[in-house]
Amino acid sequence: MAKQPHGHHHAPHDHAEGSALPEIVTRVRALEDLLVEKGIVDRAALDRIAETYETAIGPRNGARVVARAWSDPAYKQRLLSDATAAIAELGYRGLQGENMVVVENTPDVHNMIVCTLCSCYPWPVLGLPPVWYKSAPYRSRSVKDPRGVLAEFGVTLPAETELCVWDSTAEIRYMVLPMRPASAAGRNEAELAALVTRDGMIGTALL
Amino acid sequence: MNTVHDMGGMDGFGPIQREADEPVFHADWERRMFALSFGIAVSVQTDDDHFRREVESIPPVTYLKSSYYELWYRACQAILARHGVLDAGKPLGLVPALTAAQVGPMIEGGASTRMPAEGIAARFTVGDAVVARNMNPTGHTRLPRYARGKRGVIRANRGVFSFADSKARGDGPAPQHLYTVAFTAAVLWGHEGRTGQTKICLDLWDAYLDPA
Repeated sequence: MAKQPHGHHHAPHDHAEGSALPEIVTRVRALEDLLVEKGIVDRAALDRIAETYETAIGPRNGARVVARAWSDPAYKQRLLSDATAAIAELGYRGLQGENMVVVENTPDVHNMIVCTLCSCYPWPVLGLPPVWYKSAPYRSRSVKDPRGVLAEFGVTLPAETELCVWDSTAEIRYMVLPMRPASAAGRNEAELAALVTRDGMIGTALL
Repeated sequence: MNTVHDMGGMDGFGPIQREADEPVFHADWERRMFALSFGIAVSVQTDDDHFRREVESIPPVTYLKSSYYELWYRACQAILARHGVLDAGKPLGLVPALTAAQVGPMIEGGASTRMPAEGIAARFTVGDAVVARNMNPTGHTRLPRYARGKRGVIRANRGVFSFADSKARGDGPAPQHLYTVAFTAAVLWGHEGRTGQTKICLDLWDAYLDPA
């Protein structure tokens, strides 16, 4: 949609009429101005929304959940039986995490999550999804060739390991509880959280 | 709606392109568009089902050529047009704009589509064999093509939720049980799916399923 046939290199005359910005930039700006003028949105609220997802809501939240589950067997049980409530114990809740299910990786079963239809993702624990998660290659191939997808991420599962792909087609949002790595021995919860990666909680990485 | 958003199992899109240290937003307009979609949803009182319907209604060639937040821009434009918000004059019947102070509670409060289960019977129990219906509605649905007509097993009953297909049509919530159904890769993909033990689990509403 953004019409930029000359890529990023603009001849000076492109700027002369003030039209060098990609069309989408000017369109979104115009939409925002119109909606502010009509009283439909408030600029301070828009800033607050974006800042929340840039600073407060992201994969460090999920990492804390995983670290707690690795440290506290009773918490892990609650997380696996009622993930929404267990995640809320740590203060994470809300949009795109209203109905959570956490699936546990074990030596026998590896889990990975996808949304083939759009971009469903557990925002309160992982934040907004990376571009690759929303992209056609990941969405198209994760259900048909998940082992091939994992190989692109550098993950090779033993042949006997069952692979379970969770396609978030409806109202449930999934997070993977990765296996606790050998390097976790003797670490406290904060140190454990530092070992947890976003991709580990999507299921496209091993820790 | 059988169009390109329903990508599960398609070939030809190439390798997965990852970016190291990816920012939450790649440009200020993405950040504005993300936030605008919240403000629009609150003021116009629309929901995810309507939003997804609008995204899916984008012509397939445009859909594939557009970046993620370009799709959001088009979907929001369509929602605003449908509600007459883009017309001259101040539109009526809208909820007042979300304020900065309301943002936190709105995000934390969420928008669960879970509904009371009283009086709504579950047609299936865990372990039941089911077949996903071969249905091809021209409206919004959350039953991907790759599972239609395929046999699976009920793995979990997730409770009662409003039904996306009905809500997106404007026909009300039509609450019903939502199940996680496990399909083997071999059932879904035939010979190409016979690489190790692989299951694909989908969340499917009662109305998508028949007893096997």
